[in-house]
Amino acid sequence: MQIVIDILSFVLLAAGGVFMVISAVGVNRMPDIYTRLHAASVADTLGAGLLIAGMMLQAGPTLVTAKLVMILAILFFSGPVAGHAVARAALAAGVRPHVDHPEESADACGADFNVEAVPHETVRDDVKLIRSLKGLRPAGRAAKAKAKG
Amino acid sequence: MFVAATLAVLVSLVLLVVRALKGPTVFDRLVAANSIGTDAILLLAVVGFLTGRPEFLDIAITYALLNLIGTLAVLKYFRFGDLAHSGGEEPED
Repeated sequence: MQIVIDILSFVLLAAGGVFMVISAVGVNRMPDIYTRLHAASVADTLGAGLLIAGMMLQAGPTLVTAKLVMILAILFFSGPVAGHAVARAALAAGVRPHVDHPEESADACGADFNVEAVPHETVRDDVKLIRSLKGLRPAGRAAKAKAKG
Repeated sequence: MFVAATLAVLVSLVLLVVRALKGPTVFDRLVAANSIGTDAILLLAVVGFLTGRPEFLDIAITYALLNLIGTLAVLKYFRFGDLAHSGGEEPED
């Protein structure tokens, strides 16, 4: 029985180590901040999860396992929060996502997409756009009423 | 088997340090720093098992709690230039 647990634990630890290295290589090779966040999140979920699962099998049902569960829970909750905060701060500071075909993206997302001089409040511009659209709506309704009458 | 896991975590740690030194923006460095924190937590846990001293897990829990706070503090400092900022208004610059 012990040999089965040892083998299973080794497989989990090895897989966790492989995912940690994959995540680090991804952080080095990805082209911009947003894709690097995606690579970094692999270490928080799969890497840490598999490594800690392997250690839990070795520890057995003891207090050590309870501590490992606690570490895993903290990592599972703090990783996405930190990643979201970094992505949001990068967007607010004007870091643009890297795109392969800027022209096509500009066609799909509107003329503001490919601005060279990046505005500081990227999110603010979206809010302004929504407000301007709302301002247009009553005018459209009035035009329709005029056409009817 | 814990030796293999320790070596894997150390290799990923070195690669992340490379990104933290290279990173063009401060956010790239922060992503690398956050991942280095995660790696440090796992390294503490694995080394604790490797040397047969699971008391290291308590230190790992402390590191896990501090990791998030450190990242958010640096982000707030670079957004507002002041850690005591209320965060309510936009920075002028």
